[in-house]
Amino acid sequence: MMSKGTLSFRFAIVAAALLVVAGCGRSPTAKGPAPLRVWHWMTDREEAFTELARRYRQQTGTAIHFELYAPSDVYVQKVRSAAQTDGLPDIYGVLGETRDIASFINAGHVLPLEAEMGQDNDAWRSSFFPKTLAVNAFVPNNPQGIAPGVYGVPIDAMSIQLIYNKKLLAKLGLNPDSPPSMWKDFLQVGQLAKAHGVLGFVSGWAELWLIDCLATDYAIHLMGMDKVEQTYAGKKAYTDTEWLRVLRLFAELRDSRLPAEGIVTMVNKRAEQLFANEQAVFAFNGTWAVNVYRSMNPALEYGVMMLPKVKDRPMVTWGGAGSSFFINAKSPKAPQAVAFLKWLTSQPQQEYLLQATQNIPANRAAAEALPPPLAAFAEAIDAAVHPRLFAVQEQSAVIEAFDKGIQSILIGEATPEQVAEAVQSVKQRELSRLASQSAYGQHTVR
Amino acid sequence: MASTLSDRLHPYKPYLFLLPALALFAIFSIYPFFLLTATSCLNWDGVFPANPFASLQAYGQQFVGLRNYLEVFTHDPVFWTSFAQAAYITALALTVQNALALLLAIAVNRRLVGAGAYRTIFFIPPILSEIVVGLIWFWIYDGNFGIFNNALTQLGLGAWTRSWLADPKTALTAVAIIHMWKGFGWGFVMFLAGLQTIPEELYEAARVDGANAWYRFRHITLPLLLPVAMVVSILTILGTMQIFALIIATTQGGPGYHTEVPITRIFSSMLGSSRFGYACAQGIIFGLILLTFSLIQMRFPRRST
Repeated sequence: MMSKGTLSFRFAIVAAALLVVAGCGRSPTAKGPAPLRVWHWMTDREEAFTELARRYRQQTGTAIHFELYAPSDVYVQKVRSAAQTDGLPDIYGVLGETRDIASFINAGHVLPLEAEMGQDNDAWRSSFFPKTLAVNAFVPNNPQGIAPGVYGVPIDAMSIQLIYNKKLLAKLGLNPDSPPSMWKDFLQVGQLAKAHGVLGFVSGWAELWLIDCLATDYAIHLMGMDKVEQTYAGKKAYTDTEWLRVLRLFAELRDSRLPAEGIVTMVNKRAEQLFANEQAVFAFNGTWAVNVYRSMNPALEYGVMMLPKVKDRPMVTWGGAGSSFFINAKSPKAPQAVAFLKWLTSQPQQEYLLQATQNIPANRAAAEALPPPLAAFAEAIDAAVHPRLFAVQEQSAVIEAFDKGIQSILIGEATPEQVAEAVQSVKQRELSRLASQSAYGQHTVR
Repeated sequence: MASTLSDRLHPYKPYLFLLPALALFAIFSIYPFFLLTATSCLNWDGVFPANPFASLQAYGQQFVGLRNYLEVFTHDPVFWTSFAQAAYITALALTVQNALALLLAIAVNRRLVGAGAYRTIFFIPPILSEIVVGLIWFWIYDGNFGIFNNALTQLGLGAWTRSWLADPKTALTAVAIIHMWKGFGWGFVMFLAGLQTIPEELYEAARVDGANAWYRFRHITLPLLLPVAMVVSILTILGTMQIFALIIATTQGGPGYHTEVPITRIFSSMLGSSRFGYACAQGIIFGLILLTFSLIQMRFPRRST
């Protein structure tokens, strides 16, 4: 006769096996065709997406399953791992540079959308802000060798600008409706803020890309886009006087005592808290901040402005498409995915997203009646610059050396000249590495 | 009488029982290691499907031999700086953290009042998430409104206040302190377990012979704790050299490169530059160095005994 222990053991084995088998199967509640799967990283939009999925199913019968993977670092890893195993969902976003999008296109993971955009006299294409579409497109003869055309669908637009606290400006004796628009005047706020016990300027400059945004804005402002692209192409050195001028701006910023203590290790979430709690006069932040500030301090009175000018030349702002979706070219449901994204980017859905998440819609018609802070952000969209729009992209190692160098200037351990030398040396190294790769007949996989 | 199949297989039965474990080890450890080694010889962007058997041609196009390794040794000073910085944190952890863990273990082992409570309290930091610990200490160290600066000001030491994590002179040590605070509980538990295995009779005999406390510690406790100390040291080296989440939660490697460690550099090569092959080469070099350290250290107790 079987002992009690043996019987229990066998029962446990059978129960475990049943659980495994049940887990591998489809949910008994799932009826009809499998839903369209969308992967995203936007925690602030999760609820709105779920509501839109419910509406879409109601209208068309097609089920949409939004899957959130956050934070964005985790999302990037998830998408890359899925790409390696051909396991991408029907719709997904690619977070990264032009090089990364090109990699996904080259590996056959992205459905070209040029034909869809061109249908009905460019109806879909013309519904977007041109800049939001441009960052998802490749121009003819691009360095990545990608067939020209649109590949991604923008969900919203964004720009990164200077945000100022109106109450604190008034407290410092400045006109809250006319914040300093020139660099010199901007720097003078540093001493005033210190005297009044508030922080002058906050931003998440531990996250290097935010430093890069500001530095690139000023580089283009001071020397123009052409010279910046020449530098990226290796035809102009970072030790050039114009780049030194850009780096010196950060030395001036440091000397003005405008930046908050520890800005170089401050994450943007902390910078947002400080600004929302009315502890800082200025913040350098993006469109998404509107929703963040609203949730942290609905009574916060603030304005949005372009970065202060150093010279009497046009100022630019970092921006373009905020978030974009790509369609998996290997998905059997690619046509349904196109239909869903057309629906998602049409005016009613974009208006709903605007209302629910306070992001500038990518759809121009939906962006006609924006609340004041967003309208100020949207005004700068035409002046937006974005690395994906540059004819040449800088190497990641050089960007890192440049941004880390700026951190070193801000903490006073390096001069602009030393940083320029260091960045140029990394640039030379990268150029020779790329040259040796091509001499060796190597290239990144296509 | 002819032996049955079962009899003939009998000598191999132990190996059959080992087979499932070996298969799992091969699939989840050995195969990935070989794949990692193969990838370290490629210029791979991490997007193209990674099955080498399905895309040999594509892999051939990307083959760069040992160039990634060469680049780590000749063109990547930041990687080696990050290595030195991790070694600095490790040196502090090996000495300060483990000394503290040993002292506390000895104190708790003396059956103090509330020893059980201390055991629990000391073991709380290790079980907290590194991200949570990082965020707590980020607030403590904050240069503008941090508790630490506030305490210094209250004590009349306002001149010492600074942004501890953003100052190049203090950032690495500040991170090391967080790491030690979080990590000493492991050593404490292991030392305590080791102390409890030392027979009380040895101490009694030493007392009868007139040995003082230091003598008993020097000639009984320390030698008998040596195997435990070796295990604690190896785990401290491996755990500290691979520090990552704490850095991300506090400084993200900054200011400048002052708190970069090897894993943040590998992460940066992978997801920052999309150079997965290069990141694998960095990982293998790093792994081999750690392995060498561990092997050298494992020889010490043998010599001592």
